[in-house]
Amino acid sequence: MQNKDRPTPAPIFTVSSLSKVYGTGPAAVHALRGLDLTLPEGELVVLLGPSGSGKSTLLNIIGGLDRASSGRVMFKDRDLTAMTEAQLTRYRRDHVGFVFQFYNLMPSLTAYENVELVTEIAADPMAPDEALALVGLEQRSHHYPSELSGGEQQRVAIARAVAKQPTVLFCDEPTGALDSTTGRAVLKVLSDVNKRLGTTVLIVTHAAATAAMADRVIHFADGDIREIVHNDAPLGAAEIEW
Amino acid sequence: MVAPLDRKLVRDLWRIKGQAAAIALVIGLGVLMQVMMTGLVGTLDETRRAYYDRYRLADVFVPVTRAPERVAARLADDRRVAAATTRIKGQALIDPGEGALPIRAQTLSLPDEGMPRLNDIYLAEGRLPRTASADEIVLLAGFARARGLSPGDSLDVTMNGARHRLRIVGLARAPEFLYTTAPGEMVPDDARFAVFWMRRAALAAAYDMRGAFNEVLLTLERGETPQALIDTADRLLAPYGAAGAYALDDLPSNRFVSEEIRGLKSSAGTVPPIFLGIAAFLLYIVTARIVQAEREQIGLLKAFGYSGVEVGWHYLKLVVLIALSGAVAGSVAGIWAGHAMAVFYQTYFKFPFLVFTLDPVSFVVGFTISMLAATAGGLAVVRHVLTLTPAVAMRPPAPPDYSRTFDLAGAFRRWLDQPSRMVLRRLSRYPGRMLGSVVGIAAGMALSASTLTVVSGFNTAVDLSFNVMNRSDMTVSFTHPLPRKALLELGRMEGVLRTEPMRVVPAILRNGTRSYRGTIEGRPRAPALNRIIDARHQPLELRRDGITLAEPLADILGVAPGDMLSVEVREGRRPVLRLPVAAVAQTLLGAPAFMEIGALGRALNEPERASGALLTIDSAARETLYQQLKDMPAVIGVSRKADARAALVELMNTGPGSVRYVMLLVAAIITFGIVYNAARIAFAERSRDLASLRVMGFTRAEAGFVLLGELAIVTLLAIPLGIGLGYGLTWAIVEGFSTDLYQIPVVFRASNYGAAILAVVIAAVVSAGMVWRNLTQLDLVTALKTRE
Repeated sequence: MQNKDRPTPAPIFTVSSLSKVYGTGPAAVHALRGLDLTLPEGELVVLLGPSGSGKSTLLNIIGGLDRASSGRVMFKDRDLTAMTEAQLTRYRRDHVGFVFQFYNLMPSLTAYENVELVTEIAADPMAPDEALALVGLEQRSHHYPSELSGGEQQRVAIARAVAKQPTVLFCDEPTGALDSTTGRAVLKVLSDVNKRLGTTVLIVTHAAATAAMADRVIHFADGDIREIVHNDAPLGAAEIEW
Repeated sequence: MVAPLDRKLVRDLWRIKGQAAAIALVIGLGVLMQVMMTGLVGTLDETRRAYYDRYRLADVFVPVTRAPERVAARLADDRRVAAATTRIKGQALIDPGEGALPIRAQTLSLPDEGMPRLNDIYLAEGRLPRTASADEIVLLAGFARARGLSPGDSLDVTMNGARHRLRIVGLARAPEFLYTTAPGEMVPDDARFAVFWMRRAALAAAYDMRGAFNEVLLTLERGETPQALIDTADRLLAPYGAAGAYALDDLPSNRFVSEEIRGLKSSAGTVPPIFLGIAAFLLYIVTARIVQAEREQIGLLKAFGYSGVEVGWHYLKLVVLIALSGAVAGSVAGIWAGHAMAVFYQTYFKFPFLVFTLDPVSFVVGFTISMLAATAGGLAVVRHVLTLTPAVAMRPPAPPDYSRTFDLAGAFRRWLDQPSRMVLRRLSRYPGRMLGSVVGIAAGMALSASTLTVVSGFNTAVDLSFNVMNRSDMTVSFTHPLPRKALLELGRMEGVLRTEPMRVVPAILRNGTRSYRGTIEGRPRAPALNRIIDARHQPLELRRDGITLAEPLADILGVAPGDMLSVEVREGRRPVLRLPVAAVAQTLLGAPAFMEIGALGRALNEPERASGALLTIDSAARETLYQQLKDMPAVIGVSRKADARAALVELMNTGPGSVRYVMLLVAAIITFGIVYNAARIAFAERSRDLASLRVMGFTRAEAGFVLLGELAIVTLLAIPLGIGLGYGLTWAIVEGFSTDLYQIPVVFRASNYGAAILAVVIAAVVSAGMVWRNLTQLDLVTALKTRE
């Protein structure tokens, strides 16, 4: 991996002086300390760092789940930090897909219906079947989450997240609860989504090996960015050392 | 040093404080009702007993026309008699002044020296009459208060046809007049019936009773029953016009008070168990769910090395603490409420003091039921959860399995969007939980609906009594049965529009070993001013060849139409009649028996006589009419329907009937507690799903639908069930409330059910609002990071 100059596409996120403080007074925790960052569209970005370094906090703020204490986040030409609650909901609904460590599927809905849950409300969704085919689960679409393995559940979660054709896909420790084989399969799906649909993918992880498949790796420490590494030759998910 | 598990316990309790408080409240109210009612009944019973004891109330009363003093000595010598005393008793009429109706009064003799040996009085104010005084009286305190009289005031009184001006020197209460009703009336009214006491010499002079008496009072030796003595007394005093001796049980005041206490006792036996049962059921459901939500923590604790017993005990402590605090609070509040109610009843029954008693059994029952319900709810789940291996809990939880559930939503796939399917699937996945919530809410609603029905039953009683049955304006009673001529005279008076005769005679009704001492009311075949109605509220005509009984009387005697009854008339020539029961009438007050007036007259060999009449009058001529009635020497009493109505309303609002308002309040709180808990639990169980929906871009309203849709369906299902349960519950409560004294008609009204439904819907909306607030405050990030 080397840090080289190369032409940068139009930024999807422009973050300036972003701070997030939890609590007040001496007990205050500075999760983010005046962070600046520009992320171009269409990349697969890995946010790496020890727990508590601020990577999840950044993901939550630019994903519209949490609010900054100060600073500004621009999504393309729109100011996320100035949005109302309703506007943030709209933003999540139209542009953002989420994948979490514990899948967060609706247990009462089948795989197909979990995806449909999103396609029903999205502006320009793909067919649920198509999304499930993308993660290789077209055969399992009428199974309930309780009938699926962890890796399969996570792939349904990814299908559900990408079915709305989001501009950006946020993944918080997507392989955290999975073994290496299933983890690789999940990462491959994320990489496929990035390559085939051109969706910007942000993955928060503390598994350093994941970095090998990223276009760009952002290293976090103590609430700020320590280093950004561009990767000209990302590896395929199958080649990652776990 | 507090064990870490106990610290966890305290913090867990604090975390679920809202819900814990709601559960404790519901169980507390159940216990409160139990403790309050049993405490009240015990206190009233004990107070009455102590009052009778201290003031030496007689066990047997022997009224006669006039007997010489020496006859009483022969009764006193009977070995079954512990104490005997004689007194003089008279009817009097008080003239309250210009333009007012005369007031009936009873006067009783005090011994010439000191206090009565039996049937003593409690001097509340002033002093006793001086020994030789001819015009000093002690007046019944209740009447004095109702009429604004006090010692020093004077009264114009007609005694034995002569007018006297009497001076009030003291006010008294007496155990034999806890409850005062004018003769022939059912409803007590302090203002319309007076009792006063005079020294015996003065009274003997007024009623021509020197050296004689007209009532003997007896107390029994321990272990003796009154009946044998009654027979002896009747035989011994027959030559002196014995009207029939009777036991304390048949003393009107005591009978009324006993009936009221019996009614309370029966409500105490039926109503609190219903409340407590519903509260216990709710407690079971809620504790089961709370423990269910702790599933993962239980697994973790086991992984740390805590034994199943330790973990189980930990969670049992949680639910038991909640139940216990509810039971303790309910007991304390119940004691307080019992006291408050007893003080309220003290005024009502005119007890000079109260003997507070607490029934330890009620506490034991309340506590046991709460504890059992809580532990049963907790244990059922703890046991299930303890079968999990710690390893299961260490892994991310497996999603609940929906694959084997009957897919109700799938059947309607075409018409339902995903959020609706989530609602339906969850309900069909956990039918037990859903049923629990449905039954709980339905029970709360049934409680409200039946209490409302009982409340409106009281109003129906007033309406039926005074609009449907009694259509007169006033009732006039005569000193003795008068011939038809007197009635015609009444009808010719200025202002009288219509008259209807009545004849009331005391009688004992017997069917085998069952008997009832009451009155027979003679009325025209088809009474117009004082109707008799059947169970369908239709007017009933009296047959000439039989007797018509009030429903409670038919129950007491165990007879139905067609059965034969023996009737011992206690007036005139005292015939003993064998009569068939012609019909059973619906009555609301007392337990009367009716006969056609002509048939009654013939049986008595006194045809065409009336002991009173009902009148409709022209209200413009009211005052002249009052004056004319006062001048009629044969008139002993006049009562206006308006006064009687007011007295009945007063009775129902201040007597045991008032408990219904407490019940209504408790029912409303329980209903709300159930609905709120159902909403809270649903929210707690679903916060993660809700957060996920919010993250996916669902608006609050859309996410809220998944949560509140469930509550809405549960509420909707609960309503029809609540209507059905309410129907059954109403009969149970009415059964508990009705006494011989008054019966509560059950009339199911749509408006009551509407109100109960509205209460449930309001409770659901308010609960939804409170949960909605939680939803808007839901921290998405935290909710998602938590494992179920």
